[in-house]
Amino acid sequence: MNYKPVIGIEVHVELNTKSKMFCRCSADYFGKEPNTHTCPVCLGLPGALPYTNEEAIKKCIQIGLALNCKISETSLFERKNYFYPDLPKGYQISQYRWPLCIEGWLEISKAFLLTKGREVEGSKERRIRINRVHQEEDTGKLTHAGKETLIDFNRSGVPLVEIVTEPDFSSSEEVREYAKKLQQIFRSLGVSNADMEKGDMRLEANVSLREISNVKSQMSNGELPNYRVELKNINSFRFMVAAIEYEIKRQTEALKRGERLTQETRGWDEDKKCTYLQRSKEEAHDYRYFPEPDLPGIFFDKEKIDQIKKSLSELPNIRIKRFEEDYGINKTQAKMLVEKSGLAEYFERVMEVGKSWGIQVNQVVNYLINRKINTIKVSPEEVIAEIHDKDVGIIGDIGQLEELAKQAIKENTKAVEDFRNGKANAMQVLVGGVMKLSKGKAEPKKVLEILSKLLNN
Amino acid sequence: MNNITILTLAETLKGLKEKKFSEEELNNAYLEKIYNLNKKLNIFLEIKKNARGIPAGIKDIISTKNIRTTAGSKILSNYIPPFNATVVDRLLKHDVSIIGKTNLDEFAMGSSGENSAYGPTKNPWDVTKVPGGSSAGSAAAVAADLCVFALGTDTGGSIRQPASLCGVVGLKPSYGRVSRYGLIAMASSLDVPGSFTKSVADARLILDWIAGPDGFDSNCAHLEGESKPKPREHSLREASFRGVRVGVPKEYFEKGLDPKVEKIIKDAINKLEELGARLVEISLPHTEYAVATYYIIMSSEVSSNLARFDRVRFGSNREDFGAEPKRRIMLGTYSLSSGYYDDYFAKAAKVRTLIKKDFDEAFEKVDVIVGPVSPTVAWDFGEKMKDPLMMYLSDAYTVPASLAGIPGLSIPCGFSDGLPVGLQILGKFMDDEAVLSVGEAYEQATEWHIKKPQL
Amino acid sequence: MKIDVKKVAKLANLPLTSDEEEKYSQQLSKILDYIEQLNKVDTSKVEPTYNVSGQKNIQRADEIGECQPQNDAILNAPQKKEGFFSVKKILDNE
Repeated sequence: MNYKPVIGIEVHVELNTKSKMFCRCSADYFGKEPNTHTCPVCLGLPGALPYTNEEAIKKCIQIGLALNCKISETSLFERKNYFYPDLPKGYQISQYRWPLCIEGWLEISKAFLLTKGREVEGSKERRIRINRVHQEEDTGKLTHAGKETLIDFNRSGVPLVEIVTEPDFSSSEEVREYAKKLQQIFRSLGVSNADMEKGDMRLEANVSLREISNVKSQMSNGELPNYRVELKNINSFRFMVAAIEYEIKRQTEALKRGERLTQETRGWDEDKKCTYLQRSKEEAHDYRYFPEPDLPGIFFDKEKIDQIKKSLSELPNIRIKRFEEDYGINKTQAKMLVEKSGLAEYFERVMEVGKSWGIQVNQVVNYLINRKINTIKVSPEEVIAEIHDKDVGIIGDIGQLEELAKQAIKENTKAVEDFRNGKANAMQVLVGGVMKLSKGKAEPKKVLEILSKLLNN
Repeated sequence: MNNITILTLAETLKGLKEKKFSEEELNNAYLEKIYNLNKKLNIFLEIKKNARGIPAGIKDIISTKNIRTTAGSKILSNYIPPFNATVVDRLLKHDVSIIGKTNLDEFAMGSSGENSAYGPTKNPWDVTKVPGGSSAGSAAAVAADLCVFALGTDTGGSIRQPASLCGVVGLKPSYGRVSRYGLIAMASSLDVPGSFTKSVADARLILDWIAGPDGFDSNCAHLEGESKPKPREHSLREASFRGVRVGVPKEYFEKGLDPKVEKIIKDAINKLEELGARLVEISLPHTEYAVATYYIIMSSEVSSNLARFDRVRFGSNREDFGAEPKRRIMLGTYSLSSGYYDDYFAKAAKVRTLIKKDFDEAFEKVDVIVGPVSPTVAWDFGEKMKDPLMMYLSDAYTVPASLAGIPGLSIPCGFSDGLPVGLQILGKFMDDEAVLSVGEAYEQATEWHIKKPQL
Repeated sequence: MKIDVKKVAKLANLPLTSDEEEKYSQQLSKILDYIEQLNKVDTSKVEPTYNVSGQKNIQRADEIGECQPQNDAILNAPQKKEGFFSVKKILDNE
C-alpha cells in the first residue's frame, strides 16, 4: 500500500499598522513593559467596544489581491468563542462565514512532487488554492513562572490576517516554498515584517495521508482522508519542515500497522525531534461563531477594490518576469534577486549607475548574488567601482588612458561644452565615454583625474 | 423653596437660573429624601454626596469612572471602572452630577428588579409590589423624587416596563442613536441607553444631551434622516397634532392583557383621537413570535458578552453569577453550539427580519404606534420568580420594538387598583421626535404624570 | 426538547452544582419547548438580521491614542505580579 501526504497550511501574519485592530493603542508591543499598551477595549473591560482600523482592512485586502482572491462584497466580523486566560473578552473577533477574501491561489514550482523522496524537477508551476484570507485580532501573551502563569495584554488586539489553503500540498518542501513565498509577498506589500522569530508570522499545518490506488498516475479516488492532524505552535520554517516530515513518517507507519488515525492537535519537540499530542478529538472546540453585533458589516464595490489594487506594490512573481524581460537575465537569477529583501531594488539602482560604464548585467548579478552586500551601507557607485577593480586586464598605462580620454572628448563635444558651462554631471558622461572605449577596463578614478587635467588645460 | 424635589428637569433648570434655590440646596433636598427613603425602597447601591450639579441617578450597569459599578452582580462587587460611559461624560458636560448608582436586575436581566444580588427595589406606589425591571432603581428613584432624572438601559423593555409600573416617563431611543460605550453589555444588538424623567420635555432634553455619533461605538455614527429633538417650549397646539396617524396594532390587545389595563390604554388612545389624531387599526402579524425570537438572540449575545467575566482582569469567579444570568448563558451557549445554530440562532435572526418588516410596513401607513407597555400592573414579589417563562412573557409588548431597533416611550396614562399604567408609543427608526411629540401632546392634556406616590 | 446541561455548562465555562443542573435542565427544556413555535414561521426566503443600526463600513483612521498606565490596567485584577496579571499555572495546550 502506498500513501500520499495531503497537507493544508494556515498562516497567521501580524500586520504592521500603527494602532491595534479595534482600539487606538499602539500596536508596537514587542519588548515593551507588560500591560503598558492597553486600554479598556483590548483589556476586554465591561462596557468597552471595538472600532475597526481601516488600514488593517486595507492591508488584509492587499494580501487577498496578491493571492488572487475574490474580495467579498459583504463581509462581517464574527465572534469566535472560547475560554483562555490570554483571550480577554472570552471571544476573539475573527471571521468565519463571511471572510474578506476567498478563493485565491498562489503558484509554487512543481519541483518537489514525489516518489520515495526523490525530487523530480518539474517544468511547470502549480497552483496552491487559497480557501480564504481573513482578518482577526491577536491574543495576549502567557509566561509560565513557577506555580503561576503571568499575562501581558500588550499584544492583545494587534491585527492578524489568517491565510488558509486547501489541502493541496504533498510534501514539506512545497510547504517551505509556499511559506517563503508568502513571506516575500508580505514584505514586498509592506504589510508586515513577517519575522518568524518575533512571531509576526506563524504556521500551522494539517497533515494526513491518503491511499494511492495507482502509483504511476498518483491518482486516488479523490476523497480526502477522514482525519487530520494539526501541527501547531511551530515558530520556524525549518521546524515546520521537520515536523511535517516526522508526521508523514509516523502516520505512514501507523497506517501500515493497520491503526486508525484520528483528529488531533500535535506540537513539535525540537529536543526530541518528534511531534507530540496536545489535544485529541474529544477535546475539540465548539467555537459558537456568530456575527459580531458590535461591528456593522463591511461592503466593497468594484471601485473601492480597484483603488486598493492601485496601491499595491510590485509583487515578486511580476517583478521576476519583468527582470527576465527588461534585463535579459534568466529566471533563477531573477528569483535570487527578488527573494532577498531589498536586493531587487538595489540591483536596479546599480544597473542605473552602471549603465554608462559599459558594465554587463551578468557581472552585476553575479557580484550581488555571490557577495553579501550591505545594501544600506555600500552605495551602488562603490559596487560599480568594485566590479571594475576586480575586472582582469585593467589598463594601467597612463598614456593609453590619455589617448582614450582625448578620443572621448572628441566624440562628446556637447558634454565638453556643458562642462565648460559649469554642468557638473557632464563629467560623468565623459567618464562613461572613456569606460566604454576601454570596454570597461579603465579605472574610473584615474579616468576622472586624466579628464580633469585635459579639460582644465 | 419647598418641594424642590417634585420639579421636573426643565423646572429645576429654570429655578436655578432664576436663583430660586442654589445647587447646594437642590442637592441637599434630594440627599435628605434619599437618606429618608433609600432603606425602605433599596434604590441606590452607592450614594455620592455632591454640593453642585443637577443630581441624577445612574443605573449601576453604566460605567462611572472611579465609582464602583456592580451591574447588580456579586461578580462585580468590587469593580471600579477606569473610565466613564459616553452617556455619563456627556451628562457631566451639562452640569449634571451623579447622586447615586441605582439598583437593577443582575446584568439587566429581569422584569421585576428581583434578580439583583443586592436585594430587590420596592415599588414606591406600593412597597409590596415589584417596580419592574431591569432598570428598577432608576424608575423607582424618579417616581419617589430621589433624583431629578435617571439613566437606564433598555434591551427588551428594561426602561419602558419599569417606567410603566412606576408611573414615570421612560424613553428608549432608537438603537444607535445613543452610544453604548461604557454600558456593561447584556445583548449588544439590542442594548440602548435612555432616560427616566418626570416629563416628556425632560426626556427630549436629555436625549439632546446624550445622543449623537461617538467614535467609540461603531453602531452610533451619523445617519441620514435622523430627526433631532427640537426644544418645544410652549404647549403643543391642537393644529400641529391634528391628523397625526396613530396605529393601533390588534395583536397588542389579544389574550394575556389584563382587562383593567386594556380599558385604561383604550381610554388613552381615545384621548389621542379627541386631541385630533387619526386612529388606524394595523396588524403586526409576527408579534406572537417576538418573545421566542428575543430570548434566542438576546441569550446568544449574553453567553458571549458574559464570557469576559473570568476573574483574570477583574471580578470574582463565574460561580458568582446569579440564577438568571446562568440560565441565559446556558440557553445562549446552546443556541449557538454546533448542530443547533441553524435551528436556533440563525432561525431567530430570520424571524427578526420579519418582525422588523412588520414595523416597516406599518410605518408606511402611520406616524406612531400605540399600545400597552406591560400586560399587567406591578405584581407581588415572588409571584413570577419560580417560573422564568412566565416572567419572559411579561415582555411581550416591549421586545418587538427592541428587535426592530425603533424608539419607544412609556408615559403615565392612568391607574388600576392604585398602581400606575403606562402607554407605549413607538416610532419609526430614528424618528424619536415623533414619539416625543405625541407623548407630549398626551401629557399636556392629562395629569397622570403629576401624580405622586404617598411615601 | 432535552438539553445536555453538563455539556453546555462545560462549553459555557459555568461550574454548576448538581441541584443547579437539575433545575436548569427542567427550566431550559420548558423554554426550548416554547421556542419551538418559531418552526411554524416560514423563513425559507428570509435574510437574517444581525444588526439594526443601519450603519456600514464604519472604520477609523490608523492613529495612535493614549494607552492607560500599567497601574490602571491591573487595578481591578484579583491577582497580579510585577505588572502582569496572574493566574494559577495553566497547561500550555492552546
